Amino acid sequence: MLIDWFTVAAQVINFLILVWLLKRFLYQPILRAIDAREQRIASALADADAKNAEAQKERDEFRLKNEAFDQQRAALLSKATDEAKAERQRLLDEARQAADALRAKRMQTLSNDAHNLNQAISRRTQQEVFAIARKVLSDLATTGLEERMGGVFTRRLRELDGQLKEDFAKALKTASGPARVISAFDLPAAQRAEIQNAVNETFSAEIHVQFETSPDLVSGIELSTNGQKMAWSIADYLTSLEKGVDELLKARPEAKAEPKPEQGTHEQGT
Amino acid sequence: MRLSPDEMIFWEYGFLKLNATIVFTWGVMLVLALGSKLITRRLSMELERSRWQNLLEIVVTAIEKQIEEVGLSQPRKYLGFLGTLFLFVATAALCTVIPGYQPPTGSLSTTAALALCVFVAVPLFGMEQQGLGAYLASYTKPTFIMLPFNIISEISRTLALAIRLFGNMMSGAMIIGILLSITPFIFPIVMTVLGLLTGMVQAYIFFILATVYIAAATRVRTPEPEPDAEPNP
Repeated sequence: MLIDWFTVAAQVINFLILVWLLKRFLYQPILRAIDAREQRIASALADADAKNAEAQKERDEFRLKNEAFDQQRAALLSKATDEAKAERQRLLDEARQAADALRAKRMQTLSNDAHNLNQAISRRTQQEVFAIARKVLSDLATTGLEERMGGVFTRRLRELDGQLKEDFAKALKTASGPARVISAFDLPAAQRAEIQNAVNETFSAEIHVQFETSPDLVSGIELSTNGQKMAWSIADYLTSLEKGVDELLKARPEAKAEPKPEQGTHEQGT
Repeated sequence: MRLSPDEMIFWEYGFLKLNATIVFTWGVMLVLALGSKLITRRLSMELERSRWQNLLEIVVTAIEKQIEEVGLSQPRKYLGFLGTLFLFVATAALCTVIPGYQPPTGSLSTTAALALCVFVAVPLFGMEQQGLGAYLASYTKPTFIMLPFNIISEISRTLALAIRLFGNMMSGAMIIGILLSITPFIFPIVMTVLGLLTGMVQAYIFFILATVYIAAATRVRTPEPEPDAEPNP
């Protein structure tokens, strides 16, 4: 018989013992370990997920802050650059204006100096020239010359016409005092009568004429009444000549002074 | 020529006797229990773990998964019984590489004992899951006439379980014994390798059949609607 019933019973017991042993030493500890590990892994994964999410959030926040910071920095930088540019421009303008003002002032001073010097020289020259002329002419002036002058005067008086003549006639009529004839020397009686006749003829009236002498005339005769004046004298010519020379002298420095500042800036610039 | 290690008796007193089957069974038990104890003594709950622990984890989870695949929804409940069946039969077969060792599963007494355990365990699990009445009633399904056939099937499959394992294990040992006397070189080694494979396959078959039987017994059938029961409030 292949089956030994005692052995069967013993093997059943053995098997049951083995089941208990393996449950005790194999299945339970192993399953516990696996469960514990799985739980640990799950918690670790959850933790990692949470940390990841947090890190993501922080990274986003940081990026936002960074961008904002960049923008702010760029804005500040551009603002500072603009300000520096404006400041530079302002300083440059100021410096240029100051330089211009200084240069203009110096030019003004220079031109003033030159002008003054010019004027002084011209005035002096003029005075010298006229003093010489006046001296020469007064040295030359004599009664004979006066007679000639009286002739010229009467001729001019007779030739008088137009507006001047009317003005003169009006002045003679309205004059309170007598008309004055001024000469450098005492006129002879004949010449006085000739002038009286010429006046009477010219204005066709009996005009009372008073004869006076004035050495300022240098040489010549002058008829004046109530603000109107008619003269033929060397002083008159000299005065008009002096006026012309003065005008010329005044005009010249201005004409000369105009191109000068240009040259001045050029020289300063270089 | 011995057909069974039962016949190799070391000690005898009255009906108590200590034969090779029991001794080798103890040996296998010792190996399994001591090995498990040594390895699980320092179990690691962390990710780092020893190779032996890895091996045991693979074995245990593989068995658990296999039980679940057959259709038992709570594999841990049956792991102790079914897993031990597999491990015992497999270890008994694997140890044939040790010279002088006789597999205890080569004895009909051992396989009968294991089959008896299955024979008892199946109704126990079934009754626990379905309740006594429902389990017993399952023998009369689909009709009452099927009752004797169901009982015969229950007994015959237990018998088949025992004989199948015994035949395979015994024949393996027998073939090697015969071959050793005919061709002492090389060929017996090849047959030993084949025997190892057969042993593993048999261990798997024994285990999977027991699982299928338990799964069939514990499956709660949805009660078919009976016309008489309907009027009840």
